[in-house]
Amino acid sequence: MTILVIAEHDNKVLAPATLNTVAAAAKIGGDIHVLVAGQGAGAVAEAAAKVAGVSKVLSADNAAYAHQLPENVAPLVAELGKGYSHILAAATSNGKNILPRVAAQLDVDQISEIISVESADTFKRPIYAGNAIATVQSNAAVKVITVRATGFDPVAAEGGSAAVEAVAAAHDAGTSSFVGEELAKSDRPELTAAKIVVSGGRGMQNGDNFKHLYALADKLGAAVGASRAAVDAGFVPNDMQVGQTGKIVAPQLYIAVGISGAIQHLAGMKDSKVIVAINKDEEAPIFQVADYGLVADLFEAIPELEKLV
Amino acid sequence: MKILVAVKRVVDYNVKVRVKADNSGVDLANVKMSMNPFCEIAVEEAVRLKEQGIATEVVVVTVGPSTAQEQLRTALALGADRAILVESAEDLTSLAVAKLLKAVVDKEQPLLVILGKQAIDSDNNQTGQMLAALSGYGQGTFASKVEISGDKVAVTREIDGGAQTVSLKLPAIVTTDLRLNEPRYASLPNIMKAKKKPLEVVTADALGVSTASTNTTLEVEAPAARSAGIKVKSVAELVEKLKNEAKVI
Repeated sequence: MTILVIAEHDNKVLAPATLNTVAAAAKIGGDIHVLVAGQGAGAVAEAAAKVAGVSKVLSADNAAYAHQLPENVAPLVAELGKGYSHILAAATSNGKNILPRVAAQLDVDQISEIISVESADTFKRPIYAGNAIATVQSNAAVKVITVRATGFDPVAAEGGSAAVEAVAAAHDAGTSSFVGEELAKSDRPELTAAKIVVSGGRGMQNGDNFKHLYALADKLGAAVGASRAAVDAGFVPNDMQVGQTGKIVAPQLYIAVGISGAIQHLAGMKDSKVIVAINKDEEAPIFQVADYGLVADLFEAIPELEKLV
Repeated sequence: MKILVAVKRVVDYNVKVRVKADNSGVDLANVKMSMNPFCEIAVEEAVRLKEQGIATEVVVVTVGPSTAQEQLRTALALGADRAILVESAEDLTSLAVAKLLKAVVDKEQPLLVILGKQAIDSDNNQTGQMLAALSGYGQGTFASKVEISGDKVAVTREIDGGAQTVSLKLPAIVTTDLRLNEPRYASLPNIMKAKKKPLEVVTADALGVSTASTNTTLEVEAPAARSAGIKVKSVAELVEKLKNEAKVI
């Protein structure tokens, strides 16, 4: 059995989610190869070669792969993937974009966002916003799977010494082109990888008030997230949303501030180790999942909390 | 241009679902069903493109049981022109649905197909991408903005670190994210009018598509319940517990 893991990267840095995906591959068992498809991504290929447990890195360096357009990358993965037992990618926006296209080209069903490996062909994944866990078995010749990073502890980024092999195959479907991107700049830890996450909801009342959460987060070395209500109200940008349709986090500590705790929000954070809820409504559903709940006005509690930690 | 919109009948997003006692699945008997929220956004976008004079016809399609006609009627009340039900009693996988939709695309020849980014029941986030692969079209997934000019569509997509814009040749596939638009409500007169709009029913078998799956669901179980927490009385007590009891700060 040989497993192909699709590296998540921005042509410069190997994203941490790749390490969680390799961890899932290691649980399946067998040789692990990593595909780095990009342009000028030599540093990423070198980083992937050092990842513990990786036996080979395939480097497909071509202008057509520069922005990971699925129309170009999926045919590459499907072509290479025919020789593998499993194709794995992280359930990031890139992985979710590309992998189903690969599965359809290979004419197999995909298994999305697995949280555990039961055996080489059987996996667990959440459905209905995490309110049920399905055990799914695949009899496909090539099993195409996305991996929820929070379900697997990352493997070590150092310690491996895989060979890097260039892949010549170039696919350019010519149906799509990259126009531009606007990336949010932040000095805080990345939301999905942070040990502590402080999230605000509708109770924050406006975007300006998020400065209280930023101050607390900076003191704790935490990332800042938000509920859908806070994003929809324009308090903070979309990529801060935690939930069924936003990011899935499972930090050591999740502090929910002014968040009621709708099903869709809980889907994104209820696997956190310790959950703290600060809300003035003592009936808020968030208190049903919180390890520590504080019924208080957040505008008094947050500055006080910032002083005490 | 003609726009095809795919919708799905799912359990209403407000319902707290329960796993069946025999772990065979989720109990959907007597549970409120609705149109998947992302599909509502897809219908809204198509109707807006029609209102701007860009789309000439909006066709809505679903794959599902005969009761899914309710969701098609909802889409018609929101402004779609006609509807197609691909009737299938089975619970189909995303790939099977994508293959059936491909057969409808071949027949209808739309220039744009809009789907939701994921259904809130299976949480797969696969069908749009698979349909794009099968039809060979470009895909603009997780769209927060869609602009058509000439024979191209510019799609702004929500990605992990922010937003990305891609340009796709038409015909193309777009899947909607939450921020694309705010779906309207169907008015009573429009609900009445929708009853007279055409709704064609075809069977999955008639489309000549194999819906066999490589996946089998062995078991569905309830997630592990969290143990009950405590309420603290003050910020000082909270900090003390986090430091000394939970040891997370």
